[in-house]
Amino acid sequence: MPVPDDAELVYEARDLTKVYHMGEVSVHALRGVDIQLYESELIVLLGHSGSGKSTLLNILGGLDVPSSGEVFYRSQKMSDFSESELTRYRREHVGFVFQFYNLIPSLTARENVALVTEIANDPMKPEDALALVDLEERMDHFPSQMSGGEQQRVAIARAIAKQPDVLLCDEPTGALDLETGIKVLEAIDNVNKELGTTTAVITHNSVISAMAHRVIRLHDGQIGSVEENDTVITAKELNW
Amino acid sequence: MRALNRKLFRDLFHMRGQAIAIAAVIACGIAVFIGAQSTLWSLKSARETYYERYRFSEVFSTLKRAPNAITDRIADIPGVAKVQDRIIKGVTLDVPGLLEPAVGKLISYPDRGEPVLNDIHLLMGRLPDPLRTGEVLAEEAFVSENGFQPGDKIEGVMNGRLQTLTIVGVGMSPEYVTTIQPGGMWPDDKRFGIFWMPRRQMEAAFEMEGAFNDIALSLLPGANEKEVIRRLDRILAPYGSLGAFARDLHISDRFVSDELKQLQIMSLIPPSIFLSVAAFLLNVALRRLLTLQREQIAALKAFGYSNREIGFHYAGLIGLIIAGGSIMGCILGSYMGRSMTSMYDEFYRFPTTLFRVDIRIMLVGVGLSFLSGMIGVFAAVRSAIRIPPAEAMRPEPPPNYEPSLIERLGWHKILSQVPRMILRELTRRPAKAAMTTLGIAFACAILIVGNFGKDAVMYMIDFQYGLQERQDATVTFYEAVPSRALSSLKHVEGVGTVEPFRSVPVRLRYGQFSRQTAIQGLGEQRDLFRLLDSEALEVPLPSEGLVLSAALAKILHIHTGDTVTIEVLEGERPTRKSSVVGLVDDFAGTAAYMDLRALNHLMREPPVVSGARITIESGRDDAVFRELKETPVVAGVTLQRVAVEGFMESFAENLLRMRMFNVTFACVIAVGVVYNSARVALSERGRELATLRVIGFTRGEVSSILLGELAFLTCCAIPVGFAIGYGLCLFISTALETELYRIPLVVNPSTFSFAAIVISLAALFSGLMVRRGVDHLDMVAVLKSRE
Repeated sequence: MPVPDDAELVYEARDLTKVYHMGEVSVHALRGVDIQLYESELIVLLGHSGSGKSTLLNILGGLDVPSSGEVFYRSQKMSDFSESELTRYRREHVGFVFQFYNLIPSLTARENVALVTEIANDPMKPEDALALVDLEERMDHFPSQMSGGEQQRVAIARAIAKQPDVLLCDEPTGALDLETGIKVLEAIDNVNKELGTTTAVITHNSVISAMAHRVIRLHDGQIGSVEENDTVITAKELNW
Repeated sequence: MRALNRKLFRDLFHMRGQAIAIAAVIACGIAVFIGAQSTLWSLKSARETYYERYRFSEVFSTLKRAPNAITDRIADIPGVAKVQDRIIKGVTLDVPGLLEPAVGKLISYPDRGEPVLNDIHLLMGRLPDPLRTGEVLAEEAFVSENGFQPGDKIEGVMNGRLQTLTIVGVGMSPEYVTTIQPGGMWPDDKRFGIFWMPRRQMEAAFEMEGAFNDIALSLLPGANEKEVIRRLDRILAPYGSLGAFARDLHISDRFVSDELKQLQIMSLIPPSIFLSVAAFLLNVALRRLLTLQREQIAALKAFGYSNREIGFHYAGLIGLIIAGGSIMGCILGSYMGRSMTSMYDEFYRFPTTLFRVDIRIMLVGVGLSFLSGMIGVFAAVRSAIRIPPAEAMRPEPPPNYEPSLIERLGWHKILSQVPRMILRELTRRPAKAAMTTLGIAFACAILIVGNFGKDAVMYMIDFQYGLQERQDATVTFYEAVPSRALSSLKHVEGVGTVEPFRSVPVRLRYGQFSRQTAIQGLGEQRDLFRLLDSEALEVPLPSEGLVLSAALAKILHIHTGDTVTIEVLEGERPTRKSSVVGLVDDFAGTAAYMDLRALNHLMREPPVVSGARITIESGRDDAVFRELKETPVVAGVTLQRVAVEGFMESFAENLLRMRMFNVTFACVIAVGVVYNSARVALSERGRELATLRVIGFTRGEVSSILLGELAFLTCCAIPVGFAIGYGLCLFISTALETELYRIPLVVNPSTFSFAAIVISLAALFSGLMVRRGVDHLDMVAVLKSRE
């Protein structure tokens, strides 16, 4: 499903900077980033480690705040959000998928998803979310009883179960082998296509960019390039 | 159930070992609090009900003899509600099966109706018939101690005449919740009994027709007690009054009040220790959990859980542990309270001691433990949930190690790698190491405090009966007799040394302070009764002047060299002055001593004595006692050593019970602290330890890193515990100081070694439990997974 030209602007960031102070060292993670994300779009953020892509994603997801610059989510100025407004924003609008899954080890797959659906406004049933990632059979397993790919798919089910407006994925395949990586990407692709969820995927694997509408390259805390893909292929067709 | 709650229960189950250990510490704290407080309130309410229902009087006075008409004048004193005049006399009893004579106190009972004050609770039989000679109602303790039944008879010497007393009933009175013989230190119910006899029979036996020698008053609400006492003394002075006193100086009430005061202190000190230790353990356990779940917290935040929700989640976990401890504590506390109350029930006689656990006491106990627990974890939870989620996603930066002080001093060359690791771990987090040490030290201190009571009492008894009083028996006469009467005592077959004494009831006054006591005149030869200070050094008794017990000097605010006014409360009741020439730092009572001749001189009397301390040749007790029982001038013979043995039996039994509680509690704390520390250390350093296993360390070597640290801390904790324990003993001996007793600060070496052994065993046991965890370290899994 191509993104229409008149698609609504979901995120707009202007001149974002982020400086971490680690002891006596200051790390400039972002140095003046401008970016726009549109509704139903799937973008891939490419870059080497330390290029600032995770920092950017964390700021968009309301997990972190910029040192300077402005971020708008559907024309609301996120940089003005209070701590509790950020919490509500994450609760209502954002789904996260992390490189190391971050499942709660003491909860089963179904319970990990329920953890999110219980506090969401209009969630799917945890079972339906798990079905979307093809895990109906493994619902009552604990994380320790599942493979990495399965765990990551639980994480995706958990992220989409609340029917978020945006899905933010930080190296979702980083800890997985090729085959399971593709399965996970398929799941993300499905969500984007079927639910129309605005999706941003961080990766350092440039092959994945072929499934994105747009590819944004970050380099040393700045936007290096923005490419639009004329043809978008599915995760299955990826080849690396 | 909500998924977050499920996580809570599973987390709790996962840390069940630690949770149980911490809950047990909390349970002990609540148990002691509830046990002691409920006992306190049960005893207090039993006492209050008893006093009220049986009209326990508020002011007391003993005199020589006054006509009955005087009571009207006494009743007219403003503030006086009721007046009960009585005749109270001593009787020497020949109890079957008892070698030495027993002492009885005969109290008159109205011929008609019940006493206006100090009524009797009849337990068995009936009241004595005023028309029948020799019928008495006996106090329960004496009866049960000697195995009497209504209908039994005892021979007694009353006013110099032998008479048979028939026990027709058994009762108890609020005046004798505990019965202590005048001059005695402990209750001796076998040799000292209370009897009630109809007034007209008493009048006949003691030639007291139309007169009384004891009076009890109750007061109107808001009455000025001091003023009533002053006026009563003025009215009774011509009649040989020994001086009136209020209820707080009444020996039975005093004994019970002192006990309640001690119970109050004991209900507060141990629980505060337990709950502080529990708060610390909760803090350590939760901090570790929060570190382990750092990324889970971040994920929860990323999903939109608020700080408050996450905070409540962890507070809930702690709350469940505290709730578990509270439930155990309430159950254990009720059991403890019941056990303690029944123990007190043997010592103190109330008609009804209803043991009841007040729900309010439970609520306060549980509330306090929640409060202390939550204070313990508040900062940890707050700092954990405040970490921005993006930061929490990243693993914690590696801990910052640096060479320890010892290494900087260059001493490390003597240390191998393992002690070096232990040393660096300890110096990296000195606060945690210090708190762990303190926790174990408190367990050690509890054991010391627990045995301190025994040490102190044993010391007091040894001191009193081994060093100070070495007589076999003390003979007291009905009144002062010329000292030549002693020769008849010396001639009794089997009597060895005889040391006379003169006892004069007085009121000592210094400025605005005064106290009623007795001056004891001691002869030059003082082998049987030595004047010793608390260091067991002999205090000289100059040929003139008074030597006071330090406690009495404190009451009077008087110092050596000051002159005290002596109001004699017998005979002509002269008022004299004497200088204080010395103080004795003794353990019991408020005594005053003087040279016998100086006292006779002060009294302007010929050489007279009130009694004598004697030694008895071994095997001759029987004959001596038989002869003494039949000597009319002898009012009583007390065998304190025998009395103490009886006391020690019941004391030892209770001691064993309390010791069991203390050892259990101390072990719970020690195991709780050591086990928790070991578990946390294992969890924190599992990766490091597994790495060591991979590179070829044996299980034993790896365990020694983990357990070596705890062994080191335990070794440090024991001397600290000795110091804390000794400090607590000092506090307790000061706080529990009463007029009846001063508790010596004596802690035996065996108490210290017992504490050290128990703590070491508890530490060893918990170390071994955790060692199993080291043996099961999964090397591959620990190395593969991300910290």
